[in-house]
Amino acid sequence: MSKFKTFAFTATAAAMLVSSAANAGCGINGNANVSILGNDFPALHAVFSAAEQCAGDGVTIIKNHNKDFKNLMVPALSSSPAEYSAVTVANGTLVTLMNNDLVRPLNDLVEKHGAGLNKTQLVSVDGKIMAIAFMANAQHLFYRSDILEQVGLTANDVQTYEQVLDAAQRIRDAGIMEYPVALNTKAGWNLGEEFVNMYLGTGSNMFKAGTAEVSINNADGVATLNMLKQLSSYSHPDFLTFDSNTTQAMWEGGKLALATMWGSRTAGVLDDEGSTPEVVNGTNFAAAPSFNGGSTPASSLWWDGFVISKNVSDADAEASFVAMMNGISTEMVQANNDAATWLINGYKPSKAASGVAATAMNGASPYPMLPFMGALHGAAGAELADFLQGNESAEQALSDMEAAYTTAAKEKGFL
Amino acid sequence: MPHRTFFWFILPSLAAMVLFIAFPIISVIIQSIHVEHEQVLISVENCGPFGCKQITAIDAEATALLKADQPLGQFSGLDNYTNRNHLAFKEVSKAWHSSESVGAFFSALLNLPFYKALLFTLSYTFVVTPFVIVLGLAIALGVNGLPKLAKGPTIFVSLLPMIVTPLIGSLILFWMIDGDGVIGATLKYLFDDPNLSLKASPTLTWIMLFVYGIWHSAPFSFIVFYAGLQTVPEDTLEAATIDGANRWQRIRYVVVPYMMPLVVFITLMQLMDNFRVFEPIVGFSSEASATSLSWIIYNDLTQDTQLFGSAGATSVLTIVGVAILLLPVLVRTWRDFNRKSH
Repeated sequence: MSKFKTFAFTATAAAMLVSSAANAGCGINGNANVSILGNDFPALHAVFSAAEQCAGDGVTIIKNHNKDFKNLMVPALSSSPAEYSAVTVANGTLVTLMNNDLVRPLNDLVEKHGAGLNKTQLVSVDGKIMAIAFMANAQHLFYRSDILEQVGLTANDVQTYEQVLDAAQRIRDAGIMEYPVALNTKAGWNLGEEFVNMYLGTGSNMFKAGTAEVSINNADGVATLNMLKQLSSYSHPDFLTFDSNTTQAMWEGGKLALATMWGSRTAGVLDDEGSTPEVVNGTNFAAAPSFNGGSTPASSLWWDGFVISKNVSDADAEASFVAMMNGISTEMVQANNDAATWLINGYKPSKAASGVAATAMNGASPYPMLPFMGALHGAAGAELADFLQGNESAEQALSDMEAAYTTAAKEKGFL
Repeated sequence: MPHRTFFWFILPSLAAMVLFIAFPIISVIIQSIHVEHEQVLISVENCGPFGCKQITAIDAEATALLKADQPLGQFSGLDNYTNRNHLAFKEVSKAWHSSESVGAFFSALLNLPFYKALLFTLSYTFVVTPFVIVLGLAIALGVNGLPKLAKGPTIFVSLLPMIVTPLIGSLILFWMIDGDGVIGATLKYLFDDPNLSLKASPTLTWIMLFVYGIWHSAPFSFIVFYAGLQTVPEDTLEAATIDGANRWQRIRYVVVPYMMPLVVFITLMQLMDNFRVFEPIVGFSSEASATSLSWIIYNDLTQDTQLFGSAGATSVLTIVGVAILLLPVLVRTWRDFNRKSH
C-alpha cells in the first residue's frame, strides 16, 4: 500500500470512528434488531459497514456477506419473523423475492426517512416502492488503446460488434495476439447473461407481450447466436470456462485487447495490483457495442439496491431502513468513490465508471424484470454451449432453449 | 439372540435411519410428483434507475390464495419424470421415428439434457471403477513389498489424493492443466502444439475427469487392499512357493482369490460413489462438455429459478440408477451367502 493510501485509509477510519460516536443509534427510537444479508463484493462491504455505524443505544446490527445469498434469501425471509430484515438485491434477485411475496412496500418509510434519495433510486412496481437502488452495473467494452493504435484503429472503430470482429482479425493478422477477445462465456449463468445481452441489442422482445410464452426462435435469435459464435472464434478455445475472475486475470495479464466485462471489474483492472503499467495505461472503457445494424448497446443495465423484509415487525423494518439509508449516505460514497458506479448524491464519476455510464447513455435496456426471466436465462446458459462448440445449428439451439424454458416454466406454474 | 433383545438393540439405528434416510426420500418423492401452483400474472408499471416500463408481474395476493388451497402445489403425476428435462418420452419417440439412422437417433438423444448427463455418468462409473480397483491393488502390492522403514511415509503420501477435499483437489488440478499451468504447459511442449488445451475439447475434458476420478479414488481401494494383504495366510503363500509358483502366480491364484470379498466391497462403494460424480464437474468448470445426474440436481436448485420438482425427479432417478447398478453385485453376494449358510 502506498503512503498516500495508508494516509487516506487512516483518515477515513478516524472519520468513521468520529461519525460512529455521533451516529450511534442513528436516531432510531427504542430497541430494534437489524440484520442485513447481501452478496460479497467491496462496494457492498462499504455500504454494510456504514450501516453498521447505527448500532448502539439498544439497536443491534448483524451483517452477512455471502456469495450464495441468492439461495439463502428465500427460505431466510419466508420464516416469520424473517431471519434478515434487509437484503441487498439486483434486478433479477428482486424478482425472485417478489415472486414469493417477501418484500415490504417502502412508500411510508421513504416519505419519513428518504429525504436524501434521488427519484431515480426508487424502484417501484405498480406505484409501490419495492427497493432503493444505490449502484449501477453493466457489461461493457474494455479495450487496449495501445494495441488498437498498433493496428491503426481508435475507440471509434469498435462501436459495433462487427467492428470488434474486424479489429480482432487485424490484431490476429498483425501477430500481436491470436485470441484478443473475451466475454464471460462460462457455461451456465454467465453464458445465459451473454445471450440476454446480445439479444437485447436486437431490440426484440423475448416473450409474447403479456404472456410467459417465449419467442426467441426468429431471425434476431439466429443473429444473436451467430454473433456470439463469431466472437468466440476470436476467444481462447477455453472460452466456455471463462467467468469474471478468469477474464479479469487474463486482462490484467495482458492477454486480451477487446473484452466485454462487468463495470464492477474496472476498479480492479485499474489498480496497481496484478498487472503491468503497460496494460493499465492502455486500458480504456467504452459503451457496450451494438450489433446487427441496431443502435441499442448489446448489454443489460443492472442496479443493486436494498429491500426490507415483509415478515419483520414495523419497528425493525423502520430501523433497518434508517440503518441502510445511513449505509448509502453521501459520506459513504465520498469515502468509497471508486468502488462502484453509485447512484447516490455526492458521487463523482471517475474513469472506472465511464463504461457503465456510456452504456446507459446509449440507451441499453435494463435487465428484464419478469418473473419467468430466470427460467429463460437458465435454459440459455445450459443449451448454448452445444451450439458454440459447433455441434448443432443456431435454429436447433434456439428450439432447444425454447423447449427447456417451456418445461421449466410449466413446472413453475407460468404456462 | 431373542427377537425382543434384537429389536431393542437395533431400535436406535433403525429410528435414525427412518428419520434421516426414509423420511427425506419420501419427501423427495412427494415433491417430484408436484409442480408449482398456477401463477396469476398481471401487467404493472415498473420504474427504476433506468426509467419506467410496463412489465408482467405475479399477482401476489391471488397467487397466495391458490397457494393456501394447495400447499404442495399442483399434482402432476409423472410429468416431471417424463418431460423434456428428464426421461423425455415424447422427444425420444419423436427422434426414434424421424431419425434415419441409429447414429442420428443417438445424436438427437444426446441433445436432451438428461441423457447427455446419463452418458457421462455411466462412462465415468465404468471407466473409473475398474481402474481404481486394479491400480489400488497394484499400489497395495508395491507398498507391501517395501522395506519396513519406507512403508509409513509411502502410505501417507499415497493417501494424499483422498485426504484432499474433492472440490479443492479438482480446482488445484484445473489450474495446473491451464495453458499456463505446470501440466498444461508441459503437454504443450511435449506435443509441440501451442494451442493444445485440455479444457476446450469435450473428449479431452472427459479424459481429464476420468484421470481425476482415478487419482482421487485409488487411495481408498489401496488402503483397503493393503489392510487385506496383512491377513493373507503366510502358510498358503509358502506352500505355493514350494510348489514352484512365481510371484505373478502367487498373486493370481492365492492373493486375489483371498481378497475377493474386498473387491466386491470396493466395487459396491465405487459404483455408488462414481455414479454420484459431482465435485470435479464444478471444480473443472466442465459444464459445457460433461454433466452428471448429480450436477443436474445442483443446477436445478441453484439457478435463478429453483426447480424443486425437477430436482426431486432427478434425485429419484439417481436412486433408481444406483439400485440397478448394485443389483448384480448384491444378488451375487446374496447367493454366496446362502450357499455358505446351507
